[in-house]
Amino acid sequence: MTGLAMAAALIAAPSFAAPAADAPDPAADLKAFQKYFRDKFPKVKFEDFVNGPYSMDEGLYRQWKEKEEFPPYEFALDLGKELMAKPFGNGKTLADCFPNKGVGIRQDYPYFDTEQGKVVTLELAVNQCREANGEPPYSYVKDEMAAVTAYMAFTSRGKPFDVKIPDDPRALAAYENGKRYFYTRRGQLNFSCATCHVQSPGERIRAEVLAPALGILNAMPIYRSEWSGMGTTSRRFTSCNSQVRGVPLKPQDEDYRDLEYYLSYVSNGLPISGPGARP
Amino acid sequence: MRKFFFIDRTGFQSIALLVWLGLGAGVTAMPGTARAQSPDAEAGRKIAFDRGKGNCLTCHVIKGGDSPGTIGPELKDLKAKYPDRDELTAIVSDETKRNPTTVMPPFGRNHILTEQEISAVVDFLQTL
Ligand code: HEC
Ligand code: HEC
Repeated sequence: MTGLAMAAALIAAPSFAAPAADAPDPAADLKAFQKYFRDKFPKVKFEDFVNGPYSMDEGLYRQWKEKEEFPPYEFALDLGKELMAKPFGNGKTLADCFPNKGVGIRQDYPYFDTEQGKVVTLELAVNQCREANGEPPYSYVKDEMAAVTAYMAFTSRGKPFDVKIPDDPRALAAYENGKRYFYTRRGQLNFSCATCHVQSPGERIRAEVLAPALGILNAMPIYRSEWSGMGTTSRRFTSCNSQVRGVPLKPQDEDYRDLEYYLSYVSNGLPISGPGARP
Repeated sequence: MRKFFFIDRTGFQSIALLVWLGLGAGVTAMPGTARAQSPDAEAGRKIAFDRGKGNCLTCHVIKGGDSPGTIGPELKDLKAKYPDRDELTAIVSDETKRNPTTVMPPFGRNHILTEQEISAVVDFLQTL
């Protein structure tokens, strides 16, 4: 993007987006981003931002608390636990690929892998592990992928997002690319992600209450009644893109991974709450 | 079919599309309300409510429409607020001209609706 187009994109973004002339400063972005949502919703407790639409609407919040007594994602947790421990053809397991066997580590993803020179999300790490051990990759959007990431999220509940940007210009570039993707308007309807999740959280779009961008990934993956099943971050990104008559990218495309890097970083400090259940 | 020969190409396509979409459920399900309106206002109401067209209910409360969103203001008393229909046409065609950060899609600029469709929608807006 040219400097001019970038400036135009940022003008269209809400006031907290840093002026284009400044050098990228993720720490300042994070502060301004979190302040924007705290100021906009003074009554919402900081940790509650991780509950998506439920943090925005008291009626929904009550319904959700009742639902949590029989969580619809329970079967996914059992399956996820089993798949983590199930031996591959070569005898290794998925758990072997992760620090602490994959338990309690969700908050550290995505991370910038300086060897691969790219952002590695939890979903990508799962399939890289499978392929390195001669197993076919899982579908990125649901089923087994949703189950193992649900299990990893569940064992990390309450741990604050701790996404790091290492001192590497490529990591900073990935962060900036994700940020740009988030605020760029696209498609026939001229929407950016921020149009819905920064400018309009708490509003109803038809019957759905829009989640705030702060903490929007902490509950991933989610069970959605509308999907009658689980969906991953990849699934949510592609469905938000298609909802606005846009053409979604491929799951785990570089832009999506960078987007996840940006969104997770600016939610640092907020606890992992996944898996989530949604109407 | 003959009539269509008098309509320019874009007009033809959009009418064909409207017919093709069937404008089924949503529209036939609410008889009555619009009987007294001019044919254009009635066509405009269909376009405004159709999810594949204006889909204005996504963001606006509009009399007679089901499960509206709350992102934009309720659409009412518009004739009093905007006596000049060109103002309404401008808002629907490209609200980013008035408000660069608006979330409302530019229906004219991005060819979501044709000029004729926007004109019909404006006729409908003036009845609210
Ligand atoms: C036209 C509106 C719109 C746009 C644009 C949009 N979304 Fe969404 N998004 C929704 C709706 C509606 C939901 C479901 C209700 C909710 O949870 O917010 C949703 C849900 C989500 C969720 C799950 C939140 C939760 O807690 O369940 C994520 C994550 C998300 N969107 C990310 C994005 C990203 C990233 C983009 C841009 C690529 C984007 N959205 C663009 C409307 C939109
Ligand atoms: C994604 C949300 C969205 C959609 C879809 C949408 N609007 Fe809007 N509209 C808005 C918002 C927000 C405003 C408030 C003004 C602004 O943002 O500049 C608005 C303002 C208006 C106004 C001015 C109202 C007033 O009282 O001043 C009119 C008229 C209007 N819209 C008509 C329409 C019509 C007709 C359609 C469908 C063809 C439509 N809108 C679709 C969001 C939307």
